[in-house]
Amino acid sequence: MNKKIHIPPSEITPRHVYLSRRDFLKAMGIAGAGAALLAACGVPEGGGAQSPAGTAAPGDAGIGRQTDELGDGVNTYEDITNYNNYYEFTTDKQGVASLARDFKTSPWTVEVGGLVDNPKTYDVDDLLRKFPQEERIYRLRCVEAWSMVIPWMGFPLASLLKEAGPTSDAKYVRFETLNDPAQMPGLKNRLYPWPYQEGLRLDEAMNDLTLLATGLYGELMPPQNGAPLRLVVPWKYGFKSIKAIVKIELVAGQPSTMWSTIAPNEYGFYANVNPDVPHPRWSQATERRIGELKRRPTLLFNGYAEQVAHLYDGMDLSKNF
Amino acid sequence: MRFRYTPLQIAVHLGAWFPLALLAFDFFTGSLSANPIQDLERRTGSAALTLLVLMLACTPLNALFGWQEALKRRRALGLYAFMYASIHLLVFAGLDYGLSWALILDAVVEKRFVLIGTAAFLLFIPLAVTSFRFWMVRMGKNWKRLHRLVYVIAPLAVVHFAWARKGDIFRLQGDIMRPLVYGLIVLLLLGLRLPPLRRAAVSFRTRVLLLVPGRDPTP
Repeated sequence: MNKKIHIPPSEITPRHVYLSRRDFLKAMGIAGAGAALLAACGVPEGGGAQSPAGTAAPGDAGIGRQTDELGDGVNTYEDITNYNNYYEFTTDKQGVASLARDFKTSPWTVEVGGLVDNPKTYDVDDLLRKFPQEERIYRLRCVEAWSMVIPWMGFPLASLLKEAGPTSDAKYVRFETLNDPAQMPGLKNRLYPWPYQEGLRLDEAMNDLTLLATGLYGELMPPQNGAPLRLVVPWKYGFKSIKAIVKIELVAGQPSTMWSTIAPNEYGFYANVNPDVPHPRWSQATERRIGELKRRPTLLFNGYAEQVAHLYDGMDLSKNF
Repeated sequence: MRFRYTPLQIAVHLGAWFPLALLAFDFFTGSLSANPIQDLERRTGSAALTLLVLMLACTPLNALFGWQEALKRRRALGLYAFMYASIHLLVFAGLDYGLSWALILDAVVEKRFVLIGTAAFLLFIPLAVTSFRFWMVRMGKNWKRLHRLVYVIAPLAVVHFAWARKGDIFRLQGDIMRPLVYGLIVLLLLGLRLPPLRRAAVSFRTRVLLLVPGRDPTP
């Protein structure tokens, strides 16, 4: 799909006209007329497994139909699944999809333990059955100052944590990514303190916005987006949303996180999206929404201040960045 | 009529246009990433730095291996490096920041990597402008003095690159492999310009060549 050329026109062409042009291009055979018609009619595609890169994808023609609560359209499946920061595979965002194609996500177990009453190792399929899967359309703001709107599927982390039953000593949640260099070539790079680990304060983890995502666009999560299970914390920079989780641990002290280990002066534990707290490299005041030409202002807590600002009452956000 | 261009000359010109041609190709075939402006920034920056390093390699190549033709290619390499640096800057200011001067000024002042990159580019301008014979003749000794600025520009460009990646080059952690490699090469190329190091390198080369039967060690 010739996505480069469509960007400038989208800025000057009324959206519905531009959308029908996209559908027209698709119908001309780029994605297959049938798929485009199905998508245009809003019929969910039942086909399931699509090859990850570059082919017809669920909802691809539907940009603009689904929006977040601020009215911004979701990004295309193509963009979401071919522009990935996933250093366990490669630092090349376009290269992740092909390297992750054969990533084995089944069987997959997640260990939930630490300071909990009911430690348990779950099979990810059981999690999918046990907790109702819901769609959440969230903005994802990368610390590199680009952003997307993504229709995730998943369930609140709080549901799982409630079942585990954190003890009174549990103050933080620590997450860990799979560490399998045979499948994830980037792990051979010794310049990173693998495995990837992340953490949240318990109240952040229990917030209803915090999602354990299992899919996007109504389908199972593609490997390059963190299959089979990833965290999504929409008011924090993207690197907090750890992928391919194998371990969730309740702990008493603030856990180390990978990026704050690498460069503590640049990546804090909280990493809340905040246009007023600059990062040494990237302006955090503005961002580029993928698919748009002009920068747009970055919102405090990525636009979720109403739901999460109270978590940080009385904290100096420029110190606790 | 004899063909006027040497193989090295052809390689320099074709090689220098290649990154731009590839960018144009990827643009028109839709092979850039979902964030094409970032692609443009990264790839033009990479090309500029690579050409700058190649330009710095010319003098040591002549000193060590007697490859005099390399000296003749310095200007073209330098000007191509400047071309890519200019496109890099135009993409940054024009496309990335939409010529919003307030935002650009903020970025330059606040972000150390933008500041350093800007400094490197500003220092590069007088070199590009005076790279022609007219100025060489007119400036005399000062021409050489001025053009030694490249010994400052290249390290600045490497630091700019290193700080634009996620990681910490001084702690050797993160996405710093490429900046590190560029940095070591620049360090080596600058080091070989120091008389003691150059003499050591030349004598080492002479001894190595003496081991090869039938080779004349003098260039």
